Amino acid sequence: MLIRVSPQHPIKPSEITPESVHADRRQFLARMGLAGAGLALAGCSEAKPPQPSVSAAAGPEAALPALDVKKKTEMAGNEKLTPYDDVTHYNNYYEFGTDKADPARNAGTLRTRPWTVAIDGECEAPGQFDLDTLIKPHALEERIYRLRCVEAWSMVIPWVGFPLADLLKRFKPNSRAKFVQFYSLADAAQMPMIKRGVLPYPYREGLRIDEAMHPLAFMVVGLYGKVLPNQNGAPIRLMTPWKYGFKSAKSIVRIRFTETQPETTWNAIGAAEYGFYGNVNPEVDHPRWSQASERRLGELFRKPTLPFNGYPEVAPLYAGMDLRRYY
Amino acid sequence: MSPAARLWLARALVWIGAATPLALLIERTLNGRLGANPIEFLERDLGDWSLRFLLLSLALTPLRSLSGWTWPLKLRRTVGLWAYAYICLHFAVYIVFDLNILEPARALAQLAEDLVKRLYITVGFAAWLFLLPLAITSTDGWQRRLKRKWKTLHRLIYPAAVLGVLHYVWLVKKDLREPLLYAAILAVLLLWRWPWPKVRGAILRARPTPTAPASDQTLR
Repeated sequence: MLIRVSPQHPIKPSEITPESVHADRRQFLARMGLAGAGLALAGCSEAKPPQPSVSAAAGPEAALPALDVKKKTEMAGNEKLTPYDDVTHYNNYYEFGTDKADPARNAGTLRTRPWTVAIDGECEAPGQFDLDTLIKPHALEERIYRLRCVEAWSMVIPWVGFPLADLLKRFKPNSRAKFVQFYSLADAAQMPMIKRGVLPYPYREGLRIDEAMHPLAFMVVGLYGKVLPNQNGAPIRLMTPWKYGFKSAKSIVRIRFTETQPETTWNAIGAAEYGFYGNVNPEVDHPRWSQASERRLGELFRKPTLPFNGYPEVAPLYAGMDLRRYY
Repeated sequence: MSPAARLWLARALVWIGAATPLALLIERTLNGRLGANPIEFLERDLGDWSLRFLLLSLALTPLRSLSGWTWPLKLRRTVGLWAYAYICLHFAVYIVFDLNILEPARALAQLAEDLVKRLYITVGFAAWLFLLPLAITSTDGWQRRLKRKWKTLHRLIYPAAVLGVLHYVWLVKKDLREPLLYAAILAVLLLWRWPWPKVRGAILRARPTPTAPASDQTLR
């Protein structure tokens, strides 16, 4: 499989701030705060120097085992990685609470082994598969992707996994398989916030089959070289980097091939705000906020959002489609 | 304790209480404890405290009529001005970081677009604008100069509070519990001011110590 990387990515390495200039965000903020405090408390005693934040190594995730990564591909224009601590403590995973900090606090109750994934629908080789059996045939690779949330913040994350297409082909989708639907786990015993009913559960997402077969569509089992933390959608999740984050279902327990466009959770509860496609598009605003720019976590000012989140290689999938209508 | 001393103490407590969230926020900023999205944290926290102090300022009149104490009325200005300070800081973070003050021309165009296209920003901005003349005319001098008109002008607090809560309701993606809690509290505080003398009179008469007149014309 050939994945072309740098030539297609619109951000040139020369545009990126050298690391030496790129001050650490916390120090920068600390200095900024210092200036503000200086104004407010002019003449007061010196403020404390910034203390290092709790490092990733101190968290429970430190115990997560490392994965055997065969290949690494940089696919985010050499942009600075979002720190592990931020990737794992700023999550949208409503089954564990709606606050961004909730999943890291609450997802400890998720049991990721044993884990079974059911494959059904329009395919020749359906079945129930133990997760480890499911993953085993695939060589794990690392891909650094941008992640753009529909809420207009974004990260750069080194995911570990394998191409979704390689997985789906094993189940021999038939000619009626026009779409693929993904179901997340919905177990109120493990996911305490399910009973609040903020969303209709189980969380469901879906892709058109050609989207799912695109080489960028990625099945994720880890990040930063280690097993995926629960709050990031362990033990297995989707990542479609050219789409808003809500398209990438977490903690997948069922994959279904369908002939008609499957129901997807956010689209079902708010079709005007969340389309089936969910492609990152700076031209099409969310009805309540702009999608033209985004806040990259770790940067102070917003930056322009790129069409397809900077992955123009997926554009042919949507040739001839009105992307204002199919948002 | 003399009434003057009690009032002085109450004011000092309000100042301490109102400055504490800001001090904690500054501490978090200095120590880099604003989480993965510091700007959002600042905006959210300042916005939360804006609404809380706004609601508190509206709660002082009902507190006065329920308790019979007069000191709550004397704290309204302090609490209201603190609420406005938080609103201004909240707005400033949006202007500086969301609109990017380093590029003023683009920021201005973006502000115009936000005001026209994003209803939650429109109402939030309107709330800030409604409260601006109230902050300016909050001094004794202005109160004297405007006489009766001062009171009429300061009724702008009601639409401003409604817009402030709407601002919160409309920006939330899905989980409405928190904004609706603010809306419920505001509804109670506004309904209290509704001219239904019978209901209010009954509640006031049911109080153990009827020190305040049941229909106090000075209540707003």
